[in-house]
Amino acid sequence: MIEICDVHKSFGDLEVLKGIDLEVKKGEVVSVIGGSGSGKSTLLYCINGIEDIQQGKIVVDEVDVHAKATNQDRLRQKLGMVFQQWNSFPHLTVLENAALAPRIVLKKSKKEATEVARQELTHVGLGDKFDEYPSRMSGGQQQRLAIARALAMKPDYMLFDEVTSALDPELVGEVLDTLRMLRDDGMTMICVTHEIGFAREVSDKVAFFHQGIIEEIGSPEQVISNPCQETTRKFLSKVLH
Amino acid sequence: MGSFFTPLSWHDAPFILTGILNTIYISTVAIIIGTILGLMVGFLRAESNRFTNVLMGGGLDVLRSVPLIIQLILFSTYIGATGHPLDPFVAGSIVLSLYTMAFMSEVFRGGFESVQQPMQVAARSLGLTYWQTVRYIRLPIGMRAVFPSWLGVALSVIKDSALVSVIGYMELLRTSEQLISRTQQPLQILIGVGFFYFLISYPLSLYGKRVEGKMVS
Repeated sequence: MIEICDVHKSFGDLEVLKGIDLEVKKGEVVSVIGGSGSGKSTLLYCINGIEDIQQGKIVVDEVDVHAKATNQDRLRQKLGMVFQQWNSFPHLTVLENAALAPRIVLKKSKKEATEVARQELTHVGLGDKFDEYPSRMSGGQQQRLAIARALAMKPDYMLFDEVTSALDPELVGEVLDTLRMLRDDGMTMICVTHEIGFAREVSDKVAFFHQGIIEEIGSPEQVISNPCQETTRKFLSKVLH
Repeated sequence: MGSFFTPLSWHDAPFILTGILNTIYISTVAIIIGTILGLMVGFLRAESNRFTNVLMGGGLDVLRSVPLIIQLILFSTYIGATGHPLDPFVAGSIVLSLYTMAFMSEVFRGGFESVQQPMQVAARSLGLTYWQTVRYIRLPIGMRAVFPSWLGVALSVIKDSALVSVIGYMELLRTSEQLISRTQQPLQILIGVGFFYFLISYPLSLYGKRVEGKMVS
């Protein structure tokens, strides 16, 4: 379980998160929506410790992410993360991209690491691309590679940071299908997304971020179909039309 | 009465070969040490704040701006004046390695900096530690990016090694100077020596082309 309690985060004088409370249970899919600059991506960066927080607490499976004693490298093994930019490792083949972390971080043998990588790549539909270099693949394929690369670490949670925002429109579908598949596998996921339709369809909970706070949170029917806050309504009318 | 000058003959081959081998020897040492030190300094420069960078940059600028021949003479004279003169090979290797390091460090710094922050964050998000990210992501990606520049520095070190002759190291240029003063056949000998430098450098250049070709595919 991921527990986020009263998290405040600033960049210099700019307070980006102003007291966030959120709970994500095992198996849940939580979508985070909101305008740009609302702090939703920052929250993901805080959850896996890439960013510090100034106040509050984030606890992942009873481990305080920002406590001094916490080994964040270790913690990140159970928090898979996929970014807006896919960041494929250009010097490695598709198979090596996915096998790298299991081999180095989990100290698996080359054979084992390759086996895990093959499975995950096949799972996301890249079974015929093992020996390809990422530079020869489309954005959608590279993003699926990024997902498989994270899955190869067998994480308990997956954090998705606007994973379709940098894609050409015709490639968005294949990546969303991959996320749907993960949900069906029972993966616990936090998706920061601009795909409102997708959020409504797959989420157990939707959180609407506005100026560093969660303005509204609840089931997708409630937040997206029947928002009670004016700001939520305004935001939705902008993105849905 | 026989002439004081004797023409070039096959008996001079071992002498020339010594020169060739010594050129290869000192160049290899300088390239290897210069690369290792350059990697470390280049990494430090890519990771350091502005203040440390200005300090390091100053030192490197001196090494890069003062002509190598002056550095060689100053260093070996200074060491000689302390009463513990070094073997010309050792003195030459030290100066040539540092000189090489100064150029290599800038090349490698560029390489490390070419790997953008998001790529590093992506690697860290997979659980890689800082040093694992350096070793498996930044180093290989960065070094590929700067390989052509590295090769350029390495090739010029081979040619610059000729200057070590001024402190008495018996490399290719110095052997040829001695042969010229004995044989008075400067044209043939210098053409030959130029050809030998080409023979030493060309394989490295070919190797570079092959590696680059591999990286593109």
